[in-house]
Amino acid sequence: MNSEQVIEVRGLTKKFGSLTAVNNLDLNVYRGDVFGFLGPNGAGKSTTIRMLLSLIKPTSGEMKIFGKSIEKDRKEIFPKIGAIVEKPDFYLYLSAYKNLEILGKLSGADVSKKKIMSMLEMVGLDKRYKSKVKTFSHGMKQRLGLAQALIHDPELIILDEPTTGLDPQGMKEIRDLIIYLSREKGKTIFLSSHILHEVELISTRMIIINKGTTQVEGTVEELLASDKVKVTFEVDRVEEALGIINETSWQKEFKSTSKNEINFELAKEEIPALNKFLIEKGFSVSAIVPVRSLEDYFLKITEGGLK
Amino acid sequence: MTLVYIELQKMFKKWRTYIGIIAIGLLTVIIQVSLYFTGKEIINHQMRGIEESFLMVGNLFNGYFISRMILTLLVIHIPFLVVLVGGDLLAGEATAGTYRMLLTRPVSRLQVITAKFISGFIYVVVLIFWMAFISLGVSLIIFGSGPLLSVGSGIIIFAENDIMWRFLCAYGYAIISMTTVIFISIIFSSLVQNAIGPIVSTMAVIIVFLILSAIPVDFLQGLKPYLFTSHLGQWNNFFSDEIDYKEVFESAGILLAHIAVLYAVTAYIFIKKDILS
Repeated sequence: MNSEQVIEVRGLTKKFGSLTAVNNLDLNVYRGDVFGFLGPNGAGKSTTIRMLLSLIKPTSGEMKIFGKSIEKDRKEIFPKIGAIVEKPDFYLYLSAYKNLEILGKLSGADVSKKKIMSMLEMVGLDKRYKSKVKTFSHGMKQRLGLAQALIHDPELIILDEPTTGLDPQGMKEIRDLIIYLSREKGKTIFLSSHILHEVELISTRMIIINKGTTQVEGTVEELLASDKVKVTFEVDRVEEALGIINETSWQKEFKSTSKNEINFELAKEEIPALNKFLIEKGFSVSAIVPVRSLEDYFLKITEGGLK
Repeated sequence: MTLVYIELQKMFKKWRTYIGIIAIGLLTVIIQVSLYFTGKEIINHQMRGIEESFLMVGNLFNGYFISRMILTLLVIHIPFLVVLVGGDLLAGEATAGTYRMLLTRPVSRLQVITAKFISGFIYVVVLIFWMAFISLGVSLIIFGSGPLLSVGSGIIIFAENDIMWRFLCAYGYAIISMTTVIFISIIFSSLVQNAIGPIVSTMAVIIVFLILSAIPVDFLQGLKPYLFTSHLGQWNNFFSDEIDYKEVFESAGILLAHIAVLYAVTAYIFIKKDILS
């Protein structure tokens, strides 16, 4: 992990009247991170992103991007940021080309025809460059949103639900693009997404927030390793195996059974030990399927089961 | 300048921007055609009673006369047309959700709002120039030149070489008046997320102020000098025999003060505003 902090947030709070949308939030995003920003609906993700992009004024707290104040050094910071905030909205009465030209010009980007067409080609819209955006599907707008976020070659890319509305192929393309931007181009990505599998696949670090406050923050591996994993063992003679398990300490880890499967909740290092135990007792283990995922972890965190 | 250029590109790509231009063009042509057939009767009616006492030389039914008529008829309605654009300048971005794209660029909100105001002003200038071109320019081509018959508290006939500057000053004053109106619609536009609200609100303000200044009650008459609507029509002064320059400059000053205050308040609101759309 690079120690250069790209985003540094301390005690960020936003109140809308009596409603506290974001409460004393801290964030640390380092150069090169693909930072997953997770939380259930209404957790304060979009409000936080809007504050980071100075669309909303915080009630209190400090935010720095590239070590500089968002309020005071806006003109230095914003040329280095590309963003999609919630759904990408454009000037519907203008063409895709014109939208990119306008937004690129405002960001100080090269808006030559070659550059704009290359961005449109990257997101698969080059053949529709003359079409007005009002004729675009949501997925096409999403792709154009990505193009506008990248046109000025920013160092930090803030993406709020970038794959919403895309088909599976489109989602994979965007995921691959994010990985490419991070690994090959060294970009720092701040990714807010509801698709937890997507975050698990591409994020290096993540934070889960709920009700405006931080629940957990760390690398994806660390966070997932810190908790027990749901594992399904496929064995022959399930009833007999259960009988033996019930006589041992493995009984504490047993959760449920169905057909030829026995489900456990185990620490990662316990999996081979249980496998060895079952084989030594003469059972045939045909599969070990960990079903532990970010989704389970996320639900535990946001439902208050793990702190 | 880049922002103003971009704002103008956006503005002139919108259909609503052309409603005012088309409306003025159509109305002017309709008035020109109807005056072509009935204009001489109007002249005769206005000259009734004095034509036997004076010897009239030259063509009174000319482009200047037509243009003056058009100016009188249309200038009351231009506020309805400019607010269509002004009301949409900020609310349109909120409705479309494009604030999020616009305000996450390395431009300050002050720059954005200033560009919006300048674009609104440019639209007013374009509209008034268009009206000047089609009403004065085209009418002079069709109906020819001559002295200008101006009927107010009395009948005044301006010599041909004493007319053009009056029109230019009247159009210039109309620009100040309409800029005030469009700036009012922009301040309303900064408060809401739908362009209909600012359009209706601005028209309501104009109508309410006009009604207030027309009610013959001492208290309301005392308010009249402070209502901007009382100063919108000073362009008419340029067609008086003796122009009251003090009154014209005072009115222009009051409107310019309105413009400055409207800009400052809108900029303050816009800079402080949370973008939730």
